[in-house]
Amino acid sequence: MVTNLGLVSTGRRRLIKAGAAIGGLQLASPFIIKARGETPIKIGWIDPITGSLSLLAVSEVEGAKWTVDQINKKGGILGRPVELLVEDSANDSGTGVQKAHKLIERDNVDVIMGDVNSAIAYAIMGVTAEKGIFHIVPGGHTDPITGADCKWNTFRTCNTTAMDASAVTGELVKKFGKRWFFITPDYAYGKTLQANFVKRLQALGGEFQSDFLPIASSDFSATLIKAKAYKPDVLLNNMGGSAQINCMKQFVQFGMNKDMALGGALFEMEAIRSVPKDAQTGWWTLEWYWNQPDVPEVKAFVDAISPAIGGRKPTARHWMAYVSIHAFRLAAEKAKSLKGIDLAKSLADMELPRDVSLMPGKVYYRGGDHQLMSDIYVGEVHPAEGDPDNLFTTKALVTGEAAAGSVESTGCKMVWPS
Amino acid sequence: MLQVVLFNLTNGLIVGAFYVLMALGLSLIINLSNVVNFAHGNFLAIGGYFAYTLTPYVGFWGALVISPILTALMGVAIEQLMIKHVYMRNHIYSLLLTFGLGFILQDTCRYLWGPSPLPLGIPDSLSSPITPDLFFITWYRVFMVAVVVVAVSGLFAFLKYTRVGIRIRAGTLDLDTVAALGVNVAGLRSMNFAVGSYLAGLAGVLAAGQVGLNPNMGDELIMPSFIAIIVGGVGSLTGTLLGGLLIGVAAAVTTVFWPSASEAVIYVIMALVLLLRPRGLLGEEGMLS
Amino acid sequence: MTTSLFARYRTTAVVWILLLTAPFWLTMLGGYTALAGRVVVFALAAMSFNMLLGFTGIMSFGHAAFFGLGAYGCGLFLKYVMASTLLAILAGVLLGGILGTLFGLLLVRRRGVYFAMVTIAFGQVCFYVAYKWDDFTGGYDGLRGFARAPIWLGSWKLDLAGNANAFYYFVLALFAIATALQAFILRSPFGRSLLAIRENERRARFLGIPVERHIWLSFSISCYFTALAGALYALLNNFTDPLSLNYIMSGNIVMITVMGGMRAFWGPLAGAVLFVMLQDYISSMTVNWMFFVGLAFVLVVLFFPRGLMGILQKRSGA
Repeated sequence: MVTNLGLVSTGRRRLIKAGAAIGGLQLASPFIIKARGETPIKIGWIDPITGSLSLLAVSEVEGAKWTVDQINKKGGILGRPVELLVEDSANDSGTGVQKAHKLIERDNVDVIMGDVNSAIAYAIMGVTAEKGIFHIVPGGHTDPITGADCKWNTFRTCNTTAMDASAVTGELVKKFGKRWFFITPDYAYGKTLQANFVKRLQALGGEFQSDFLPIASSDFSATLIKAKAYKPDVLLNNMGGSAQINCMKQFVQFGMNKDMALGGALFEMEAIRSVPKDAQTGWWTLEWYWNQPDVPEVKAFVDAISPAIGGRKPTARHWMAYVSIHAFRLAAEKAKSLKGIDLAKSLADMELPRDVSLMPGKVYYRGGDHQLMSDIYVGEVHPAEGDPDNLFTTKALVTGEAAAGSVESTGCKMVWPS
Repeated sequence: MLQVVLFNLTNGLIVGAFYVLMALGLSLIINLSNVVNFAHGNFLAIGGYFAYTLTPYVGFWGALVISPILTALMGVAIEQLMIKHVYMRNHIYSLLLTFGLGFILQDTCRYLWGPSPLPLGIPDSLSSPITPDLFFITWYRVFMVAVVVVAVSGLFAFLKYTRVGIRIRAGTLDLDTVAALGVNVAGLRSMNFAVGSYLAGLAGVLAAGQVGLNPNMGDELIMPSFIAIIVGGVGSLTGTLLGGLLIGVAAAVTTVFWPSASEAVIYVIMALVLLLRPRGLLGEEGMLS
Repeated sequence: MTTSLFARYRTTAVVWILLLTAPFWLTMLGGYTALAGRVVVFALAAMSFNMLLGFTGIMSFGHAAFFGLGAYGCGLFLKYVMASTLLAILAGVLLGGILGTLFGLLLVRRRGVYFAMVTIAFGQVCFYVAYKWDDFTGGYDGLRGFARAPIWLGSWKLDLAGNANAFYYFVLALFAIATALQAFILRSPFGRSLLAIRENERRARFLGIPVERHIWLSFSISCYFTALAGALYALLNNFTDPLSLNYIMSGNIVMITVMGGMRAFWGPLAGAVLFVMLQDYISSMTVNWMFFVGLAFVLVVLFFPRGLMGILQKRSGA
């Protein structure tokens, strides 16, 4: 009995000592940083680095890291160095919220950026709105983020479905015709996307049929059989991720590309690269493309970042990270403050210079809904010509303002704190 | 309408054939060793990834031959390292062990081959439809069905006519007696696991050609395998065969009338079978309780 | 006698001291209060699940369905009915608990892998309903637009929304009530009969224990408590989505329980601490954290089937 108690107490004593040591270290470390001089400005970045969206998240994080390095080389923001803290939301909203708390409460970040996954972006918005922390969503696409659920502290860089749909519909109708068949994933984003397409299509006098499929479908034979029977001018592929790729592969395998055109909204470069050559086809919108001979700032950006990302060309995801971080920088420098409310007020309606926007048009975060009015690149995907990343040719450029629709139509009623 | 239904029926059989291949490997392992291999989907993924790496050197056909063998070897290694420790224990441990194993394998794929989806090139001769009317049946799908038929016949022949096969079948019914008769049971289990893994690897190569490769592909494909086994009946390979075809057809026919429910319908079928006839179509009572 | 009484409650005492003071020492060790809340919620879910796995010997692989139903019940109530936190929690508990009880009726004759598979099926069907019915539940994007409301006790306000510590202690209080109830149930003759069923079902039947009824009761009770954990999870995040229902969440709950130790009452709590900490720290260090978690889990299953609590108990000679 006595021996046991003795063993137990030594064991626990050791544990307590270890705990105190660790705790002591944690207390000491902030002192170490302060001794170095300026406290850095911290950007908290939350993205699903593991999970099914990881390939997009990885590009964003690459872009973010490089951008922060560049900013630090030029003296940082407001004269202070910038630190990027990256956390993995693991494609799970509970984890995303937890990481948001961690970055805000433990790490005292000045701004939060994230998430690629719309659900997680929403969940994080709840935390940032509660704490009044400035929040930019670089790559989460669902419309209500700058629509019915818009918040004064949240800004979004990537397009809404309304923007994508209206940009490409006109071109497709002009080139191919008004009779369309939609293949759409059966969830909120897919349904909103199709609704926006239908609105524009019917305004042009078009007609359509559609099939709603599970998000992760891998076999599209049944739907493609229906599509062929309908004899449309355009097959509109709204699926995402691997489903989008498989649908296109099967479309081409069945020889349907001889009977009808293929089109859709978003097709990310990361996905295009992984599609077999004969399926690299169709008309799509890109949020940004590296090959813009008319905009010299783009070439400078591409040449500068390419060595840092393995020699490949940057994708729209890299661009989203780049723009979001620079937008934060510009807002901070204009407001001369890092308080959420000051940053938000100064970024709203601020026109971004071309070396930040990397686009020819007038690019700004619209004050009414905090949505970035960026240019939308409509064009054709094709197998690589010359450069292995030359997979897209821009055929038309639509400005964000023209495509986005009015603030009222998004359903956003921005409420600023008093 | 009738034509559409017939089209989809045919399509369903093709998809069902693929499910059969996946499920048979899993079924073999369950029958003999009572191990429910939750990582079976990941074995399939690894088979596909092996093929991806091998194709530049030996072409698609070479990869088709070699990759399942590599998967079988990997399976035996895993069985010797980890799985054989839980044979004597409660079922629960094998479920848990293979569940954790699935995480490890999935992340390994991610680490070795990256998170991006990868295409597996299939020979051009297989990429086109067989006739203009039957445009949705490409030669690749016919090839898949052919491979499945050959593999299944081969498996049944193996089990019926070879000594090892007969021992496996006997072991499924009464492993103790088989051991008492002097058969090396440990070796038998390893052999059985190897054959199951081989089938998974083969299914993986075929799947990769059809839908491409990504680290999560195992997760999506494991559930239909389980459902095929439960619907067909645990303990019966013929049952698994029927179960796989049945759910393939069910999913395809549902797609005609209610496309978004095509994923859910196989769960509903499984639930119905479990509640009304738990031993499945051809299973034996009490195999898994 | 005094020593054994002390020994019996020693673990409980240590656990409660650590839990009550968590917001203070946790931040010193590089944690934050929301992390503690997450640990407690997962611990509750795992302990509820463990009533079924560790104490009755029945494996359910779809328990996240009840966790998620609790979360949705709570969130939907707050969003569409009334901004009352306590009633919302009750709504969540009832939704998960009642559906679990009804579902359990269908299951009681099955065992082993069949049982596990049907629970997975139920979980997937719930997942499917949650993401398909998007007008009501928000679908894949999740249920948002609700937040925990402060609680008024007379004229004193418990500010759950603004004050992280206040919310943590609120969760802890409910955790205390729930685990006390669980301990009471497990120590009762009914609880003892569950142990008998776990050890040898046939013998338990021969002893006259109504095995099916007791399994059903154990399942039902476990679902109510799991739903409570789910409701608290929804309040912790002010958000819920279909992922709280699917098999990955179920798998997490199973892992937490087994890693912590399924034969010990407090085992799942240790597992929750381990799992949440691992996920939080390791995921900041390496992208391959899934590999390490899987490896840890496999090692536990192979070599430490009694989990973390088993290791601790062995070392202290208990």
